[in-house]
Amino acid sequence: MGPVTAGVLQLLALIGALALVHLPAGAYMARVYSSPRHLRVEKWLYRGIGADPDAQMTWPAYLRAVLAFSAVGVLLLYLLQRLQGVLPGSLGFSSVDPAQSFNTAVSFVTNTNWQSYYGEQTMGHVVQTAGLAVQNFVSAAVGMAVAVALVRGFARSRTGELGNFWADLVRGTLRILVPVAALAAVVLVACGAIQNFSGIHEVGQFMGGSQQWNGGAVASQEAIKELGTNGGGYFNANSAHPFENPTPFSNLLEIFLILVIPFSLTRTFGLMVGNVRQGYAILSTMATIWVGFVALMMWTEFAHHGPALQAAGAAMEGKEVRFGVGGSSLFAVSTTLTSTGAVDSFHSSFTGLGGGIAMLGMMLGEIAPGGTGSGLYGMLIMAVIAVFIAGLMVGRTPEYLGKKIGGREMKLAACYLLVTPTLVLVCTAASMALPTPPHSMLNSGAHGFSEILYAFTSAANNNGSAFAGLNADTDWFNTMTGLAMLLGRFLPMVFVLALAGSLARQQPVPVTAGTLRTEKPLFAGLLVGAILIITGLTYFPALALGPLAEGLA
Amino acid sequence: MNTSVTNTARLLGAGLRALLVLTLVTGVVYPLVVTGIAQALFPGRANGSEIRADGRVVGSSLIGQPYDLPPAKGQQAPRPDLKWFQGRPANGLGANSVNTRYHLILSGATNLAADSKALLQQVRDAKAAVVRDNSVPGYTVEPSDVPADAVTSSGSGLDPDISPAYAALQTHRVAAENRLPLARVRQLVEDHTTGRTLGFLGEPRVNVLELNTALKDLAAKG
Repeated sequence: MGPVTAGVLQLLALIGALALVHLPAGAYMARVYSSPRHLRVEKWLYRGIGADPDAQMTWPAYLRAVLAFSAVGVLLLYLLQRLQGVLPGSLGFSSVDPAQSFNTAVSFVTNTNWQSYYGEQTMGHVVQTAGLAVQNFVSAAVGMAVAVALVRGFARSRTGELGNFWADLVRGTLRILVPVAALAAVVLVACGAIQNFSGIHEVGQFMGGSQQWNGGAVASQEAIKELGTNGGGYFNANSAHPFENPTPFSNLLEIFLILVIPFSLTRTFGLMVGNVRQGYAILSTMATIWVGFVALMMWTEFAHHGPALQAAGAAMEGKEVRFGVGGSSLFAVSTTLTSTGAVDSFHSSFTGLGGGIAMLGMMLGEIAPGGTGSGLYGMLIMAVIAVFIAGLMVGRTPEYLGKKIGGREMKLAACYLLVTPTLVLVCTAASMALPTPPHSMLNSGAHGFSEILYAFTSAANNNGSAFAGLNADTDWFNTMTGLAMLLGRFLPMVFVLALAGSLARQQPVPVTAGTLRTEKPLFAGLLVGAILIITGLTYFPALALGPLAEGLA
Repeated sequence: MNTSVTNTARLLGAGLRALLVLTLVTGVVYPLVVTGIAQALFPGRANGSEIRADGRVVGSSLIGQPYDLPPAKGQQAPRPDLKWFQGRPANGLGANSVNTRYHLILSGATNLAADSKALLQQVRDAKAAVVRDNSVPGYTVEPSDVPADAVTSSGSGLDPDISPAYAALQTHRVAAENRLPLARVRQLVEDHTTGRTLGFLGEPRVNVLELNTALKDLAAKG
């Protein structure tokens, strides 16, 4: 069997596993967010928080709780890093400097996990497990909570109530993320991922002498890093490091973990709005784009254009032997089409077009299938826009799931859509125009521009992967990517929750012969087209200067 | 005004308490429970899959390491010890720059672009070295025989594996250097070749540390 066939079979195996699991997983998540009952441990937690989990929140109240929880998260994670030097269990590592602490705190709270530090030499046990890994859980749970609030906006009528943020947060963490992550972590250890607290210790070498190694709670962090579409590696090499991702099986498992919640949430959505076929339409839109991107990526990586790769004979620079080109391409597309940003191979050394595909995946807004929660709400915003475009074509007031898409709804959806492109393009342009930021580039020419474009695309879309040659540990990049991450995460959430509030208040309109059937393949096709055209028009000039110029040279 | 300040403070207080209780669950209980299970069920793997030979630890089966000669005087670049099978280039590895009382290896890739002149030079140099080192009397390596993994740096810089093609290419040299029959070295490589998991996952590979450990045994037995 050749590597191409093996790559395609891995893709098919992944599709099979996801198809099998998404039905029960989606139904389970729908029950988690709809059940009136609280577990005993949850009641203790609510008492600790001092919140009534049954009190319904309007959209401004829900938003304020999201923002308060996240603000506290940034502050605490910042302090933890600043105080690392005096905390026990930190391996004697010194405190992290202010700009980098700010950047890292924001990065993990916004589910981005952009890293301007080297994990193995910077973060001790306490910051890794009690700081960074905690945000891996809760930032994912926040994303899911906001998505569920939007779904409730569609499902409910003539009410301002969107649910209770504290209940959604606690349930998402306790009932979904923790059990799956624990199971996955044990499987990863069985493959060879490490899980210990042995700190930095000496290990002998074959040729004599010894080297110093980091021990750590790696498998437990790796599991939630993928499941919560976070992506911040314990080690600098991220999921390319053999202790994070030891075998071809662990590689496929990690890709599965990245994709399972975002794809399954379409089922949750279908069940909660009372029409599973609406969920299928969203699912097929996501799956079409994801499979298309995987095919393109495999094609360009197996073709290995580019002088250095041609000289080598295959696109193996920055890739591990055990994963090969197929497993690496599959991982690269899955991580950039979700908000993960973990890498099992280094995108900067991909072919010019391969790097462009990774970037375009993020530019789509990470909605195919997108991050935990953020993928679903991002895709539903695109569906609102597609419905509006269809409405203009036939001259009818657009509706989606029985809710009228009027002026207010469209303004909110349009604002959502404008946030990240504005951040990406303005920050990239400023970095290129100023005298010092370009000094951070490792490569020159078109690829150097791509490094900066990739950095801000990754930050504003809360992805976190990088063309890692860029030296991002400067005050400029720490501050600007930090701001891009903050605004790119929370401004869209404002618009999503406002939209949810405005939808929930509406009285549903009855379905008539003239209603656009949004559960049909025709609509899924329209949605794919709208996504590609809108993203293409927004980013084409920037892509032409970077990856296209490199790929077509 | 006062009420909005109080409300904000109350909300931030709830946020703080929520974060603290969830830290207890996900940042303390979760990692400790997973560590407990991992150490009970898979202690060897949870602690780094160490390999022992001659009564001492010689490394991890998961982490690639250099097989170089001790540096000669006045020489900067390490020279490979041709007795042993060589792993992949690791031009992306770094040394730690903070907390420098430790000597940590920083995993990583070169991040050089496909059209980078520096990368092209690295690949050409590596290929020339592979051809030079592995051509022995009676066996000449052609540049077109050199597989890609032999001339490119891995993502982690710690890739423990090489392709079966690169291992096969090294057998002539290794047999000559160790004065072993070629057929036995070839057999050794074959015994240490791992196929695709379940026939389709990943790529076929040879673990260099395990191969060299077995080679050492074979050479000692003569």
